[in-house]
Amino acid sequence: MKSQSLFDKVWARHVVVEETAEAPAVLYIDLHLIHEVTSPQAFTVLNERGLKVRRPDRTLGTLDHSTPTLKADAKGKLPYASREAEEQVAALIRNCDEHGVELLGLGDPRRGIVHVIGPELGATQPGKTIVCGDSHTSTHGAFGALAFGIGTTEVGHVLATQCLLQRKPKSMRVTFFGTLPAGVGAKDMALAMIGEIGADGGQGYAIEFAGPAVEALSMEGRMTLCNMSIEAGARVGMIAPDEKTFDWLKGRDFAPKGDAWDQAVEEWNGLATEEGAHFDREVEIDVSALAPMITYGVSPDVSAAVNAFAPSPASGVERHAADYMQFETGKAFSEAKVDRVFIGSCTNSRLEDLRAAAAIMRGRKVKRGVVALVVPGSEAVKRAAEAEGLDRVFIDAGAEWREPGCSMCIAMNGDAGAPGDLVVSTSNRNFVGRQGKDVRTVLASPATAAACAIEGTIADPRRYLEGAGDVA
Amino acid sequence: MSREPFSKLTSRTFVLSQENIDTDQIIPARFLTSTLRDGYGKAAFYDWRYDANGRPKNSSIFNGYNRETHKILVAGPNFGCGSSREHAPWALLDFGFRVVISSDIADIFKSNALKNGLLPVTVDDATHRRLLASPGIEVTVDLENESVTIEGLGEAHFKVEPFARRCLIDGVDPLGHLLNQVAAIEAYERADR
Ligand code: SF4
Repeated sequence: MKSQSLFDKVWARHVVVEETAEAPAVLYIDLHLIHEVTSPQAFTVLNERGLKVRRPDRTLGTLDHSTPTLKADAKGKLPYASREAEEQVAALIRNCDEHGVELLGLGDPRRGIVHVIGPELGATQPGKTIVCGDSHTSTHGAFGALAFGIGTTEVGHVLATQCLLQRKPKSMRVTFFGTLPAGVGAKDMALAMIGEIGADGGQGYAIEFAGPAVEALSMEGRMTLCNMSIEAGARVGMIAPDEKTFDWLKGRDFAPKGDAWDQAVEEWNGLATEEGAHFDREVEIDVSALAPMITYGVSPDVSAAVNAFAPSPASGVERHAADYMQFETGKAFSEAKVDRVFIGSCTNSRLEDLRAAAAIMRGRKVKRGVVALVVPGSEAVKRAAEAEGLDRVFIDAGAEWREPGCSMCIAMNGDAGAPGDLVVSTSNRNFVGRQGKDVRTVLASPATAAACAIEGTIADPRRYLEGAGDVA
Repeated sequence: MSREPFSKLTSRTFVLSQENIDTDQIIPARFLTSTLRDGYGKAAFYDWRYDANGRPKNSSIFNGYNRETHKILVAGPNFGCGSSREHAPWALLDFGFRVVISSDIADIFKSNALKNGLLPVTVDDATHRRLLASPGIEVTVDLENESVTIEGLGEAHFKVEPFARRCLIDGVDPLGHLLNQVAAIEAYERADR
């Protein structure tokens, strides 16, 4: 038999009806995650057609995008951004209730950002097909799952049939060589990868991330990397499961137990890409000399080392982006004044991310005039962070410690920058207006974002490493 | 928004030459709190059309747009990248577009557009450059023949995934197609778990 890749194997196991020239394959979906923004219209279609949710047991809902990150007032009223937002949340509660779908609703200790809770609960597992009406579903690929974002019509398809019509995409392998230098992490690898492939370079491909530098990453780091596959245009980013994956999952709520666990691990061990498997495209990236990265344009593929200088725009598009971002040509990025810092989102809101930010903020103060928001990815992350006192570190530094949710990543719950603000953000998109009208977004790692909060300018986190000399 | 059939359309083009026009540009996230499928046209390209106080911008490129005559959007490369929101094609359709032409259209957007009767057309670079350089030119998009005919400039071809194409032309309903596979789905579920 032909050598198969991780992606080939997971795909083949879920084909219900093979694809033909006339019709795409019918692909079975093991886990369907839903949230309030992209599901209401799908439930409407279901109700209009008198259909039921086929497998409520394979569907899991959470509230994250429109939910406030500020606490309820004395009367128990949450500060929603609008009545519509509140109604959207109410609609998901109603729809899940009517269709018997489990919802991790407000007040549920398991609630959080959809891509944070799936892995956290152990619902995300190697070899599974996972979809969600959300492009960052690729995050779950860190566990060797085939996971991708879908639109609302497709959400309806999965609700009604537990299947999707899909053509098999092309395959790409991105191999990361070398050892990451201190102070440089998965987010920097992701930004370097996107810069290398381009914002549309991954279109039509399922990516597998491989190589020693990927193996060396923690599960959190792997999630950060797979999360941003979509910023390179690829719907799927996945990593072969290994001991770290199994250790992470063992004992979690939805993970198999007892004999079933041993069986699962055996099966998962067989998922890795075989020697000689075919990839339509191969990319290699050496991380040995990687620096902490920032974006300086309005597309996630426009990035540079944090200690670099703003280049002069080489084309009309670049000039347009430069006009918006207002980095002066030839000046060091570190001269740019920062107005806000956002630490959160499904890219970087897990415990490890908060620890990295806290390590820099501990005993220091957020620069006067800078608003720093730290938003844990889930209730569980929040509890774990508080158990080790990270909330105190942030609050003592002058940052705000919020309730879990998407918050300023998408800025639809009321958390947003003011027009003109320069925001250093650990999220995934620096599009014009993504974090509020006319807000200028710089994407960076949690460590870099924390350093920026302390200095009030774009700043190199390596300066704060223990025993670090002055980093030029 | 209901899915509308599509076979052939002749219209003038409206050109947005910028590359990487993401779905946050097409419809900003703050307009996503609605639970309805229609009415998103007024939010389409909102921040390109209105200033911070909600007043129409004098400089907006959309001031030259006429929904009756400009049903074909010609956009720079990597159109529709970013968020998977289906509100993006809903907004474009409600605003007045039926076709988007680019050299390169993002996967999830393409899939969402096809399901709603907004035709995504990917053309070769030379044709794309010609279209970008001639805003307002009359173009005929023929889905049956998968061809784009540009007034005075000739013809180009494109490919649409065959099933999606049939769905658009013949009004085949993809959900109906999937529901017809229920026996196979049940067999899969029995065999697999
Ligand atoms: S954190 Fe941002 S990218 Fe992630 S699911 Fe929420 S809005 Fe989407």
